[in-house]
Amino acid sequence: MSPTTAVHVRDLHKRYGPKRAVDGLELSVEHGEIFSVLGPNGAGKTTTVEILEGYRHRDRGEVSVLGTDPQRGDRRWRSRLGIVLQSADDQAELTVAELVRHFATFYPEPRDPEELVAAVGLTEKAGTRVRQLSGGQRRRLDVALGIVGRPELLFLDEPTTGFDPEARRSFWDLLRSLRDEGTTILLTTHYLDEAEQLADRCAVVRDGRVVALDTPAALGGRAARQVMVRWVEDGAARSTTTAEPTALVTALTARLGPGEIPGLEVLRPTLEDVYLSLIGKASDHHLEEVPA
Amino acid sequence: MSTTTPPPEHTAGPTDRSTAELTTRPTDRRASAGTGALPSLARVSWARTVLELRQFFRERDAVVFIFAYPLIMLAIFATVFGQGGATVGPEPGIPFAQYFLPGMVATGVMLSSFQNLALSIAVERDEGGLKRLRGTPMPPAAYFLGKMGSVLLTSAIQMVLLIGLGSLAFGIDLPSTADRWLTFAWVFVLGTAAGAVCGVAFSSVPRSGRSASAVVTPIVLVLQFISGVFFVFNDLPTWMQRVAEVFPLKWLAQGMRSVFLPEEAEAFEVSGSWQHEATAAVLVAYLVVGLVLGVRTFRWQRRDDG
Repeated sequence: MSPTTAVHVRDLHKRYGPKRAVDGLELSVEHGEIFSVLGPNGAGKTTTVEILEGYRHRDRGEVSVLGTDPQRGDRRWRSRLGIVLQSADDQAELTVAELVRHFATFYPEPRDPEELVAAVGLTEKAGTRVRQLSGGQRRRLDVALGIVGRPELLFLDEPTTGFDPEARRSFWDLLRSLRDEGTTILLTTHYLDEAEQLADRCAVVRDGRVVALDTPAALGGRAARQVMVRWVEDGAARSTTTAEPTALVTALTARLGPGEIPGLEVLRPTLEDVYLSLIGKASDHHLEEVPA
Repeated sequence: MSTTTPPPEHTAGPTDRSTAELTTRPTDRRASAGTGALPSLARVSWARTVLELRQFFRERDAVVFIFAYPLIMLAIFATVFGQGGATVGPEPGIPFAQYFLPGMVATGVMLSSFQNLALSIAVERDEGGLKRLRGTPMPPAAYFLGKMGSVLLTSAIQMVLLIGLGSLAFGIDLPSTADRWLTFAWVFVLGTAAGAVCGVAFSSVPRSGRSASAVVTPIVLVLQFISGVFFVFNDLPTWMQRVAEVFPLKWLAQGMRSVFLPEEAEAFEVSGSWQHEATAAVLVAYLVVGLVLGVRTFRWQRRDDG
């Protein structure tokens, strides 16, 4: 474990009765990166994150978060973390500004509450009671409460569920500015575009273990480099998957040219295609080997 | 102190940050992190107390059914049953409103402490508020001290209003000796503390926040009927008096009668005595048992969550 590692997990196991929620999971998150954990419901994402946050105890394995075992985390350790949980509908009768100011009193060096409310775009709602906020505003308040203590490491569990596209975009900007400030972010999400937009690295979790770990662009390794080429030849639609699309198109030009190849499409699998194949739910024929 | 390693590669994204700019400190923030002094327990506890008070007085249900309830009941009962100079007990008797006031004072103490905390904590747990707090560096003790502080303050304000209402609207003579008010003080503080810790412990009983009031309210109501709050304790069947003796409300009400009723009324008690020692013993017992149970059973998360 290098000194730049913010989160280190080795051979993590956790079971609930007969169900192995986490089954030998390994990952490490470097300081200063946005690390995304992707996976279907029930894959063990939330269990893992809650073990890292100190909410749950592991059955076995090694876990270090900012150099501390979460099961032995003290106030000092907690003051270096920010936690945004999946869903909460608490504190309905307090206002945005009251809550942010209140949570600031827990930390040694809190952010300026007013600046923070502005940063999450809630200045106009500062005097509004929480129960009157929309889902997206509520979520931004959750994040404000999570980062009010200037955390070194921020946990976000499915932060943009229920956001409209514009709210998501400004939320992503907020996360990027946090990273630029040096905050390490561990993000679990259902949304692949979110991981693609934000994450420096992604781990895909399935059945309690990491099945792939890479940058979003490189995720899935070889599969992502398999490109589908479609064209029309002799009036029939043809398609093939290749790792060398340029060579294929050159060959097609020679065969069908000169001029345009009818119906030519060169399709790279999206992160979604790669993801679905990794979690065992291939959506279409993209990643199946089509004989040339 | 580690330096930041540049993350592998930042994917390009929208660069408009007009709404999402956070000020960055000129110094390396990580260099100072973890060295600033954590806020003291007293400071956080006071912040919690203030927040709890705000929350309580903004919750309409709480204000009506916990804070105002004894005031409303005193007004109704004293008006209805006090008509035509009705009295309680052997001649010359105690004016009904005066007999009824200590019961309402005792009820107020129980509602403000036990019912308030049993309900509010069950709801906070269910809604995820407790879990959120647990994830911060707030010292857990500050949460409980904040609850205690707010309970003591709301309950004290309630007492002032209740006793004021009795005195001003219903002409109840208030005790004039210091020892009576001293009795009031210890019964009030002990009763509030016992009710509060029992409320914390009981908050784990309801299965959800929504069912909490359905579980807590009937218990509180039944206790009021059997403990000499709504009815004259002497008029209750003996077996009911025996049952009531197991619970603290009966003792709270009796202790408050010793404050607000004339000296002659002591002979009218079932035991013929105010039984201060027994009252103190029962309340302390509830305080200790509630504390032990509360500490052992308290959960920051829902039962179905971890």
